[in-house]
Amino acid sequence: MGVAEKSVSELQELLVQKEVSSTELTKAYLERIQRVDPELQAYLTVLENQALVQAAEADRKIARGELLGSLEGIPMALKDNMCTEGVRTSCASKMLENFIPPYNATVTDRLRTAGAILLGKLNMDEFAMGSSTENSYFAKTRNPWDLKYVPGGSSGGSAVAVAADEAAFTLGSDTGGSIRQPAAFCGVVGMKPTYGVVSRYGLIAFASSLDQIGPLTKTVRDNALVLNTIAGYDPLDSTSVSFEKPDYTKYLINDIKGLKIGIPKEYYGAGIDPDVAKGIQAGIQTLIDLGAEVAECSLPHTEYAIPAYYLIATAEASSNLARYDGVRYGYRAEAEDVLGMFKKTRAEGFGQEVKRRIMLGTYALSSGYYDAYYLKAQKVRTLIKQDFDKAFERFDVLLSPTAPTAAFKFGEKSANPLAMYLSDITTVPINLAGIPAISVPAGLVNGLPIGMQLMGKALAEETLYRVAYTFEQNTQYHTLKPKLSGEVLTCGSR
Amino acid sequence: MGVADRYEMVCGLEVHVELQTKTKIFCGCTTEFGGEQNTHVCPVCLGMPGALPVLNREVVNYAIKAGLALDCEIAEFSKFDRKNYFYPDLSKNYQTSQFDLPICIKGGLEIEVDGEKKWIGITRAHMEEDAGKLVHSGETISTSDESSVDYNRAGVPLLEIVSEPDMRSIPEVLAYLEKLVQILEYTEVSDCRMEQGSVRFDVNVSLRPIGSTTLGTRTETKNLNSFSSVRRCMEYEMARQARVLEAGENVIQETRTWDEGQGVTLSLRSKEEAHDYRYFPEPDLVPLVIDREWVEAIRKTLPELPAARRTRLQALGLSVYDATVITQAKALADFFDAALAGYGDAKTLANWVMGDFTRLLNTNQCRVADSPVSANQLAELLALMDKGTISGKIAKSVLEEMYCTGKDPNIIVKEKGLAQISDEGALLGIIDGVLAANPQSVEDYRAGKDRAIGFLVGQIMKATKGQANPGLVNQLLKEKLS
Repeated sequence: MGVAEKSVSELQELLVQKEVSSTELTKAYLERIQRVDPELQAYLTVLENQALVQAAEADRKIARGELLGSLEGIPMALKDNMCTEGVRTSCASKMLENFIPPYNATVTDRLRTAGAILLGKLNMDEFAMGSSTENSYFAKTRNPWDLKYVPGGSSGGSAVAVAADEAAFTLGSDTGGSIRQPAAFCGVVGMKPTYGVVSRYGLIAFASSLDQIGPLTKTVRDNALVLNTIAGYDPLDSTSVSFEKPDYTKYLINDIKGLKIGIPKEYYGAGIDPDVAKGIQAGIQTLIDLGAEVAECSLPHTEYAIPAYYLIATAEASSNLARYDGVRYGYRAEAEDVLGMFKKTRAEGFGQEVKRRIMLGTYALSSGYYDAYYLKAQKVRTLIKQDFDKAFERFDVLLSPTAPTAAFKFGEKSANPLAMYLSDITTVPINLAGIPAISVPAGLVNGLPIGMQLMGKALAEETLYRVAYTFEQNTQYHTLKPKLSGEVLTCGSR
Repeated sequence: MGVADRYEMVCGLEVHVELQTKTKIFCGCTTEFGGEQNTHVCPVCLGMPGALPVLNREVVNYAIKAGLALDCEIAEFSKFDRKNYFYPDLSKNYQTSQFDLPICIKGGLEIEVDGEKKWIGITRAHMEEDAGKLVHSGETISTSDESSVDYNRAGVPLLEIVSEPDMRSIPEVLAYLEKLVQILEYTEVSDCRMEQGSVRFDVNVSLRPIGSTTLGTRTETKNLNSFSSVRRCMEYEMARQARVLEAGENVIQETRTWDEGQGVTLSLRSKEEAHDYRYFPEPDLVPLVIDREWVEAIRKTLPELPAARRTRLQALGLSVYDATVITQAKALADFFDAALAGYGDAKTLANWVMGDFTRLLNTNQCRVADSPVSANQLAELLALMDKGTISGKIAKSVLEEMYCTGKDPNIIVKEKGLAQISDEGALLGIIDGVLAANPQSVEDYRAGKDRAIGFLVGQIMKATKGQANPGLVNQLLKEKLS
């Protein structure tokens, strides 16, 4: 197998043993991108020169035996809503088509300090609003498992780049499932950490109280490695949590005997595909066989999560996106006066879904409606948190399908926004509660991957990693690879 | 009976004051006034994508201090909210402010108008960020071909202080504003430089028939930047509303703007057109929890406030008037107290501070803080006078010399030979000479013309270039002539 297919931990070993150089590795990924990305369209920007310069630096450090960063020489890519100094950060929007930030997001800085190589910026739903990456202004990213299918979203590019070996790992952002759902649809591991664990500084905001950055990787170990690097308090983000950061890789233990796993019955409601339910049931059986104690439980306010989420997220978005007015940066339309310029800029610069959400949010915050919508949604949010608190009195983790279905076809849901919103039912409650959740590959349904979601208490990422790792070590799902352009990338286990 | 006799005015004020912290409220940019356009900016105050605010703790300290000085309760739990509206000077198109849970509540201050004391309630005071500044090629944004925005001021911390509608006359309003500004200066939370726009006023005015207890419909005139504008605006607005009411019409509830040039208020937007600010809690900041220890630590830094200071000075023997004048501005009061440490006669000191010293500063347009004469030096000067080394008259000229050169008074007295002649022997010699030269005056005096002694004293002073000790001269002269 080629180097591009290897996991981060394998690549680290090869680099340190000098069996491969970072430059060779970076070239391998760049070639891979050149070969498969015209079809997949995961990347919006590829940074060939910059990546090779960074790789050469890493190689020099390795050659001199210097102290290496935690991800030294590892090529990766970022969702295009994370600011990169001097590199266009578009949020997949016409509004920011030419926006080049003069600063780095904290995650960008931390990865650079750790020695990771930035290959490029990845496609997404415009301003992270969507579940299929169909809302990108620039491109439709395709699911490598079947090009007729969406990769999920909004971090579709981030999931595809990992699944199709176009990067060793990527970062995505998750406001209501935007890391976990595409990870599930593309058969990779995706973690949404506890709110505040990863700094949001430099992440272009969709909904500030829900947004959280996390890693998408080929393996659970890789995921823990990347989170080790990007997690931790940041004085630039007032909502970041000050906590003693564990070494997550220490919790990659192949043992879950006696661990209590709850199955929230509300997550297996009307919209769930029976084959997905069957696949998850098989996963549950595996965990039972490994010694976990599994029981059904209830999160009674789940049915209110979607309306609450779409009120809070759109309300915050309506305010967060007000700054795109053509005055300071980004797209500007010509008009007779300032107000006309504002209106035309926003009418032309934003796509349909973004405008829909800005209008919904503006309405929800309007005088006379605030109490009925925004305030009530915040109360629901408290109830949903309490549901989880109660469940975690009995269970160490909760388990559900990451999404009710496997990937859907292009256009299948885009005509019906409400149907698209409803497919977020298994992921949005987690963001409302601010707790961590991880999606791990759990098999195929009709040739398309499905994901198993594990949810944990706030700051209990290590427990999720332990369960996910045990599951991964005792199944073969993560070794399945998509076929692309008639070419078999890899078959069976490694 | 005139219109003014039929209506009572009701007024409440919103005062926006810039807090003089070194850096902005949510980023590390300097708050310094001026500077080339858009040089005191960063991704945070420019509202760049992904940039996040971090609350400057010093702003909270200043707000607590102002709140304590204004007799407010400091809220243990307060939070920031977003006030959403589109305007090009607002870099995020929302202002981060405090809506329903402000940091300071339920305060007030006492004013005095025509000897009558009155308590003016302060409803609340809250922290918020200032906006940038629009620079138009023409008069206004709508009539200009081109406008540019300077965001140097964006993110400068403001405290908005909202009064109760407790004021009933323009003198009360002005007394409230003077007192408020005085307290803010005293606590050093703001330099209150109105010419730089660091204090701005919104004036809410309504009229009601005298005797009525319900409030009339009010107008709010925004963004006044001097006491005289407030006074003129209120005069205009009261007359305008009275005309409306006299014509049997209703005052329209609206926001108005003051046209300084024409001296009129103009309608900006009606109640129906009022902005819906869509306030909601700022999700990028965590709620602000202020424990009692924090408040008490700030309370310890509070200076003696004007009222307490005035009482103390009165106890030292100063008149109400003198004590009021000296405590008007903190800088002068501090100067007075510093001089008092070296010269104990408060009354004489007050006369000099309010008289010659202030006159010198005013003539030279010099601020107390920049005075070349230190409080110590003034105390030394007055001590020289008390010891009889120099006369009061000489002291005045020495003070001028001190102002020009910055030298110590005793050095000036020595260098210029200005010390008084208090040596009896020396003076007797001079007196003898003067008496011999003016026999007619001596005769006149002895004949009962008391006025003649004044002439003789004048001649002696002339002979000594004013340096003779006048008390001693009088005494010796009388002895000689008796």
